[in-house]
Amino acid sequence: MSGLPGFLIDDRLHFPSCPSQGGQRFLVEMAAPLTLLLVLAVTIRAALFRSSLAELIAERVEVVSPITAWKRVVEGLALLDLGVSPYSGDVFHETPLIIYLFHFVVDYAEITFMLDIKTTLTFTDLSLMLFQFRKQKFALEADRYPLDCLELIRSPKEMYYIPLKVAMFYLLNPFTILSCVAKSTCGLNNAVVALFIFSTIKGNTLLSAIFLCLATYQSIYPLTLCAPAMLYLMQRQYIPVNFRRASFWWFIAQYLFMYLGSLFVLICLSFFLLGSWDYMPSVYGFILSVPDLTPNIGLFWYFFAEMFEHFRLFFLCVFQINVFFYTIPLSVKLKEHPVFLIFMQLAVISIFKSYPTVGDIALYMAFLPVWSHLYRFLRNTFLVSCVLLACSTLFPVLWHLWIYAGSANSNFYYAITLLFNVAQILLVSDYFYAFLRREHHLTYGLYLKRKDGSEATLVLK
Amino acid sequence: MHVASWFQKCIEILIFYDFQEELVVRPLHSGDIYASFQFRTLWETDFMRGNKVSHYRLFPKSLGQVISKFSVRELHISFTQGYWRTMQWGQPYLPSPPGAELWVWFQDSVTDVDATWKELTNVLSGIFCASLNFIDSTNTVQPSASFKPLGIGNVTDHRFLRYATLPREIVCTENLTPWKKLLPCGSKAGLAVLLKSEKLFHSSFHSQAVHIRPVCQDWQCKTTSWELRQTLNVVFDLHNSGQGKREWSLFKMFSRTLTEACPLASSSKIYIDITDNPEGEQFELSPATSLLSQAMVLGDRRTFSVYDLTQQDTFGSVRSLNLLIRWKSTEGDMLRPLLHAERYVAGYGLQTGEIHTLMYNHHPYRSFPVLLLDSVPWYLRLYIHTLTVTSKGKDNKPSYIHYQPSKDRVRPHLLEMLVQLPPNSVTEVTVQFERALLKWTEYTPDPNHGFYVGSSVISSLVPSTVAMDTNSTRERPLFSSFFPCKEESSYFVRVYTEPLLVNLPTPDFSMPYNVICLTCTVVAVGYGSLYNLLTRSFQIEEPSPGLAKRIANVIRKMRGVPPL
Repeated sequence: MSGLPGFLIDDRLHFPSCPSQGGQRFLVEMAAPLTLLLVLAVTIRAALFRSSLAELIAERVEVVSPITAWKRVVEGLALLDLGVSPYSGDVFHETPLIIYLFHFVVDYAEITFMLDIKTTLTFTDLSLMLFQFRKQKFALEADRYPLDCLELIRSPKEMYYIPLKVAMFYLLNPFTILSCVAKSTCGLNNAVVALFIFSTIKGNTLLSAIFLCLATYQSIYPLTLCAPAMLYLMQRQYIPVNFRRASFWWFIAQYLFMYLGSLFVLICLSFFLLGSWDYMPSVYGFILSVPDLTPNIGLFWYFFAEMFEHFRLFFLCVFQINVFFYTIPLSVKLKEHPVFLIFMQLAVISIFKSYPTVGDIALYMAFLPVWSHLYRFLRNTFLVSCVLLACSTLFPVLWHLWIYAGSANSNFYYAITLLFNVAQILLVSDYFYAFLRREHHLTYGLYLKRKDGSEATLVLK
Repeated sequence: MHVASWFQKCIEILIFYDFQEELVVRPLHSGDIYASFQFRTLWETDFMRGNKVSHYRLFPKSLGQVISKFSVRELHISFTQGYWRTMQWGQPYLPSPPGAELWVWFQDSVTDVDATWKELTNVLSGIFCASLNFIDSTNTVQPSASFKPLGIGNVTDHRFLRYATLPREIVCTENLTPWKKLLPCGSKAGLAVLLKSEKLFHSSFHSQAVHIRPVCQDWQCKTTSWELRQTLNVVFDLHNSGQGKREWSLFKMFSRTLTEACPLASSSKIYIDITDNPEGEQFELSPATSLLSQAMVLGDRRTFSVYDLTQQDTFGSVRSLNLLIRWKSTEGDMLRPLLHAERYVAGYGLQTGEIHTLMYNHHPYRSFPVLLLDSVPWYLRLYIHTLTVTSKGKDNKPSYIHYQPSKDRVRPHLLEMLVQLPPNSVTEVTVQFERALLKWTEYTPDPNHGFYVGSSVISSLVPSTVAMDTNSTRERPLFSSFFPCKEESSYFVRVYTEPLLVNLPTPDFSMPYNVICLTCTVVAVGYGSLYNLLTRSFQIEEPSPGLAKRIANVIRKMRGVPPL
């Protein structure tokens, strides 16, 4: 039995040096199904855009938040046309770059929102590279693991369809479709995050820092993705995560310099575009202080609508800290597995952010097929999927009862948001559990025995 | 007595004061009756120098002190109960929106206008026993064009203007009493004896106002003076106050008759509008008077019977005047007002909605521009890109739009625009809004009653059918001289629409504790499960030994024997 954590050594040695080779082969072989999928996805979106449903979807509080709503972006543009600063009011909360982007492409907005197709392609490419990298790893590691663990390691054949599955999970996910049809700017954020993950996995430090900074600029929270990005890039460049090594600190300084530098450039650019700092309180103050209590699928709105005024600041800090709080312990625990860390961070962000929408959930759900090797250790799949499905259908129903029919009150909708979030938490912790358990089995063997030779059960202690 | 101080006193007495009172009665075609009281106090003083004045004669000291302390240039305040029905009653002499309205022009020496405004509203709240202290930044706007100064002075920088309405304000006796106390004769003599609250508030419309502004004494404007105009408009309902009989008298309206004019008044008159009744075929007026007067009111030449209360013979042998109007026929129609507006909220549900404002131009062949002012509270989030203005089925682009978006919990939306109304048309202005969910402490005590949105204000120069009187210093009845008239061909009209009552989604007010507990539980579930996985590690479960075995082991340990 290998006492060493096998991954650490092997990962450092066998990174895919040229992932495009395998990628090209994959693209040739997968071209047909992938094209079919893309055509299908575009058709669904185009049909919905043209139908009367589009307007209905664009008003749904689950799909658009005060930050990402397309209606508010249009309002921002209208204010700009009237010669009023979009940030002088409390309707528009997107960043200055977004408004200037749409200032030029507003006529092609629908096409812009097809951007989630691009996001998918990025995801596909990304999972493709992960798959390349795993395949090589598999070839080299197969003899290092305990024999009975072989069934835990995905064979190249199993991994073959993962990129396609990822594409399908993202493109055909109803959450993504809704978010795209509502023209939520969440699609843009997802694209930026996908590009960040892509460039990180490709090993491009500069691009990774730039995209991460773009994502942070859009909505503060992706700041926490800094840690997995640095861990991954350090692994790639064979820099040990060791506080006593100068190379470690040198890399951190380099990355942070690139990250903060581009953030500085972006913030200054926004300042020069508008000529004022108004956007800072209007975008970031709005995200952090949660003044808009419009119902959404998150935990904030009802809590702060019912909060006692003198405790408001305290609970605001407690709730906001949740997103950032788990970064350090998770990075310590998952320092050898930065990609899983990225997944965990994205999930934590989408659960605990102040104005979550279904688009944020779709982003981390796209990762689920990548962890298909964890399925055998998942405990609550049935429960979680049932709850998620039931909640998704109950959202519009209870909303209608509360807002239109007047036969229910806010508590009904609130109860569903609670349940939905519990389900998400269960989903994430279940994946985390499965991941840790697989790691344990990879080290100690799959069929564990007690001292007396009888079959043992694993418990967390 | 010291010579100097005696001299000083003489000068102060010599300062020009003037007080006039008048009552206009307009019989309405519906059988209702409209009575409008106007009391004007003039006080000659150089207000621009801001010198401390300590001597008040006719001018109420409480208001005089307010003007000098807060450097007020103009102050207009009105309290209204009920809504003026323009289509039934025609234009009022002095328009006012339902609830309380306050607009103030400050002098340009004021540095912190907002702080002064805040203090001023609190002081006025005390003076008039009204909830004007609820005026804060969330319902105050600075209109850029709709509210120009009505007195002299050409300050047009709207930084010194503040406008606020409280559409929910309820007007009652406690507001009338302090208002009456501002009059030189109080309610002891003159027309003010008619102001008995038990009758005034038993009416379909009641509005009382105070307007303070600087005016010229003569046509050259060599000397200026403060004008305090107190007005009270009331519409008595045919069925409610008149018991269904088309017969009105002063006694029936006010349960008082008149016996004397206010001794301090230089003029005290009653005007009865008899324009529609030149031959006496509509109604009969008694006692009859031979004194007639003509005035240009609201673009129309009106004829009035005049009763001068300063003349003893007006009261006749019974020494009391009880005017009686007895209708003879119920026919006849009113001149349709040229400008008229209404407003409503469209849409259903508590998520979004649409405000529709309809503006009617009844002029057969002239189009004229109107200024529309809308001040909408922040919790109805207006989407200005959905603003549409249509007349006669065509898009009617406003030539001027001033829009100030709202800030949550800080300031309201302000939408001002200049729209040209085509002749004989309806212009519809629509704008969509979204209803916000508020914090539970921000709701009024009866949240499901809804939230009021103040009236839209439509200000316009309406083309006149007769030449208007542009000489501002000539002696005219008070009711026709309020809005200054700059040109002969048009006259100024201000129309207020209905206030809106809008429902907002409400949280459940009974369960803040439950919500805090439940949400925190969910967060704790998240924290707990992650903490669990982060801090613990996997171990093989060893079955714990049975109770008997454990006890045996403890005993064996005490005996120093190896455990089982």
